[in-house]
Amino acid sequence: MSYEIIIGLEIHVQLQTKTKIFCGCSTTFNPDHPNVQTCPVCLGLPGALPVLNEHAYYLGVKTALGLGCQIAPYTKWDRKQYFYPDLPKGYQISQFDLPFSHHGQVDVVTGDSSANGGNEPTVRRVRILRAHLEEDAGKNMHDESGRGRDSKVDLNRAGTPLVEIVTEPDLRSADEARRFLEELRLMLTYLEVSDCNMQEGSLRCDANVNLHVTQPDGTKVPTPIVEIKNLNSFRFTEQAIEYEVARQWESFQQTGIRMGAKGGHKRTVGFDPNRGSTYSLREKEEAADYRYFPDPDLVPVMTSVEKINSIRAEMCELPATRRQRILDEFQLSPYDAAVIIDQGRAVADYFEEVAKTCGDGKQAANWLTQDMQAAMKERDETISNFPIRPHVLSALLDRINKKQITIKSAREVFTTLLEDADSGHPLSANRIDELVKSRGLAIVQDTGPIETAIAEVLSRNAKAIADFKSGNEKAIGALIGQVMKSVKGADPQTVREKLLAKLGE
Amino acid sequence: MRDISLTTLTFAELLGRLNSQEVTSVEVTTRCLEIIRRNDPSIHAFLNVDADDAIKQAEAVDRKRAAGEPVGLLAGVPVAIKDVLCTKGQPTTCGSRMLKNYVPPYDAHAITKLRQADAILIGKTNMDEFAMGSSGENSAYGPTRNPWDLERIPGGSSSGSAAAVAARMSPLSLGSDTGGSIRQPAGLCGIVGMKPTYGRVSRYGLVAYASSLDQIGPFATDVQGAATLLEAISGHDPRDSTSVRQPVPAYSRSFDQPLAGLRIGVPVEHFAEGLDSEIERAVRDAIAVYRSLGAEIKDVHLPHSKYAIATYYLVATSEASSNLARYDGVHYGHRAEEFGNSLVEMYEASRAEGFGDEVKRRIMLGVFSLSAGYADKYYSKALQVRRLIRSDFDAAFEKVDVIAGPVTPTAAFKIGEKTSDPLAMYLSDIYTISANLAGIPGISIPCGFTSSNLPIGLQLLAAPFEEDRLLRAARMYERESDWSAHCAIE
Repeated sequence: MSYEIIIGLEIHVQLQTKTKIFCGCSTTFNPDHPNVQTCPVCLGLPGALPVLNEHAYYLGVKTALGLGCQIAPYTKWDRKQYFYPDLPKGYQISQFDLPFSHHGQVDVVTGDSSANGGNEPTVRRVRILRAHLEEDAGKNMHDESGRGRDSKVDLNRAGTPLVEIVTEPDLRSADEARRFLEELRLMLTYLEVSDCNMQEGSLRCDANVNLHVTQPDGTKVPTPIVEIKNLNSFRFTEQAIEYEVARQWESFQQTGIRMGAKGGHKRTVGFDPNRGSTYSLREKEEAADYRYFPDPDLVPVMTSVEKINSIRAEMCELPATRRQRILDEFQLSPYDAAVIIDQGRAVADYFEEVAKTCGDGKQAANWLTQDMQAAMKERDETISNFPIRPHVLSALLDRINKKQITIKSAREVFTTLLEDADSGHPLSANRIDELVKSRGLAIVQDTGPIETAIAEVLSRNAKAIADFKSGNEKAIGALIGQVMKSVKGADPQTVREKLLAKLGE
Repeated sequence: MRDISLTTLTFAELLGRLNSQEVTSVEVTTRCLEIIRRNDPSIHAFLNVDADDAIKQAEAVDRKRAAGEPVGLLAGVPVAIKDVLCTKGQPTTCGSRMLKNYVPPYDAHAITKLRQADAILIGKTNMDEFAMGSSGENSAYGPTRNPWDLERIPGGSSSGSAAAVAARMSPLSLGSDTGGSIRQPAGLCGIVGMKPTYGRVSRYGLVAYASSLDQIGPFATDVQGAATLLEAISGHDPRDSTSVRQPVPAYSRSFDQPLAGLRIGVPVEHFAEGLDSEIERAVRDAIAVYRSLGAEIKDVHLPHSKYAIATYYLVATSEASSNLARYDGVHYGHRAEEFGNSLVEMYEASRAEGFGDEVKRRIMLGVFSLSAGYADKYYSKALQVRRLIRSDFDAAFEKVDVIAGPVTPTAAFKIGEKTSDPLAMYLSDIYTISANLAGIPGISIPCGFTSSNLPIGLQLLAAPFEEDRLLRAARMYERESDWSAHCAIE
């Protein structure tokens, strides 16, 4: 028997509005005190009424367009009813049968091109069933002393706008699920609809997992679906799914219980990252009846094609499209393109500015993924506050391309520029030229001094010459080094060529 | 102190004397408080009266007037408030044990508007618990009695607001009408009561019973009082998404203009079996008065009105079951002292203790109506019928301007008479309920008395946002009759 893993995800994304979805309270994370970002509306006080925050709808539409979804011309609000202390009204305002968007798809690269022999990367298309808007609940804080003291409720978060994204069960491994979530997060941050901060709960994930087991006779049998709730990191999502897959496979081999059979109902579980295992949240099969019905306090939202198009026009290029474009436009490797795009929109913008002005995408990519990356890490800076701005880096790379300085010299200039910045000096292209001049870093175009130096070096390195001639090609390295040392700013390529010519005489 | 006979003054006379400073608001308010002190122990229209606060408000308005400052539309006029409207810093109980100690931190929009109009908020009135009832008997704080006959009910659910005005404890009051809760008690108490178009008055701060049906409206002894109070509380409110952006006509100035060429529709279905003959006679007499004034009278049909009660008790209870979920003993309201160990037991015990029987009945009905497997048969079906009821009215209003008929099938019944028979009780709203389902405005005005001296009401209905026409039509009849001058107390 073999099996296929079937995974569908439900993702809750907090939209980065300033105020809550149905009232004017702030959405700031974790203010100093509980229940300070509240008003009669989000406290669910008698008589208070919700009013839609139109910016939440706008960000929702942006999100859905990013997911390739269709936007419903008419959408309404429904009440999802259940009792829980963090839900002050006894219902959550959500969307039931007419979500504001539906039927999209996201392509996820699931294998590196190097892994399959440099061919086209493998891509998984994940269909999006729907994306709808709803309000977040508050937080219950229980007494953990074990002495059964009162639980407390903090409603600061209640009413924060969420988009719930529901995928079709199109993912086939825990790794794919993680990659999908990474791509999703990247897209949402590009669109600036959510900060996707998982520690703060801005992005939370539920995973529905089961196996399709191929029987010896070729028929396929589904195992009971397990929903893993509230996964708040990509790593945990991956671990939880892997755990569930192993558990379900083992369980199926032992019991043979299939989905829908006795004992084969859907279960809801949580994931304990400390133990690396899932635990049951609902023991019995309780098909919750949420008694959805249209919220009579809110009016339906109607939108037009023009309105959707104008929102679309305001959207930035999505990461997947941009990855492909910079790859084509700047002749990058898929790896470099991915590294640049995956670091976020600011890095991608920085890269493109440098690549365009210096005219060498490959060079720009190398610097961004190596020197810049290392420097930012060391200096604990992000791209937006990194002191060397794109036009300065571009000027530096331009000097390399024009063979005015070597990469090694450029690195020296780069380091000096950072030191300049730290001592408060403004950075500019002129400063680069100044440094090149004062330190004699300019590549020596005149070959006279190089030839003199070669003759001089060869005259006192008889052994190295003999080694080289007897087949030890590495011996030339030491000779190049000595020439370079005596002619500062010599182009190593030129030195090498001339040395070889001399030795070949 | 000058004698102010509130029992005989019209609203125009009262406001006129206040404006001319013949009387002060303190005098008017004091007089109301006296009548409350004297008569309310037997009527029980009020749940909370803060006399000192009322006098303070009156003093402030008197000062404003004396200083020659501009004053609001209701400057110095006491208004009693149904205890379903949130008043900042004052208890708002909804007639329920659940909210016995609940004090809202904010004012309802209608209350804000009243304060802006310089009205005197004289007290909070008794009501059927969470506005569920037709007799006032469902209040957790004891029933209100009809000032015309203390053995009888005043109608409901705005029982206290109607009784307070009928007994001249306040010249004006606010109620809420979800299925007739203003018009029915107005009819049974012999005063004017009006339910505006859905969306005319903001519901912000009105504790919800059935959100798609609830509407705040005025009670008064005469049409001008109702017109003025309606004008004061109407208008768009950005805090209520269902409140409309329609300009508010100056009802208080236009109400007295008669309508030429008025076409009145008589709904055949509202004169069918179950209508008391004395009521029918009084209503038909009233219609005859319109004919004598030159109105054209014709029959209209509202074929789906026979489904109105069933439809209402699905739509209203479904919404109520959801609206009342927030009373769970966690955040505010009643929490049981003893409840076992679990959260669910706490919910159950708190709700069992906090809600009365009728509220529980309606919550259970609503939960059932929305449940998986039943929602299609009940809730969704009711929404479809609701649309048909609205189309009946749309069709009728193509032919007529106003629909006229009885408010209730019988006059006020005895306390306790129908408490054991909920269905019989529900039928007392049979003529008023359709207007809520259709969202249209309606008014109840006095049109006579039964042989046992109980008031009879005439109901007029109009198309959405035709309040102006409704008030003018009501005034046409009022001018020809003297029912408004009859008073329940000496």
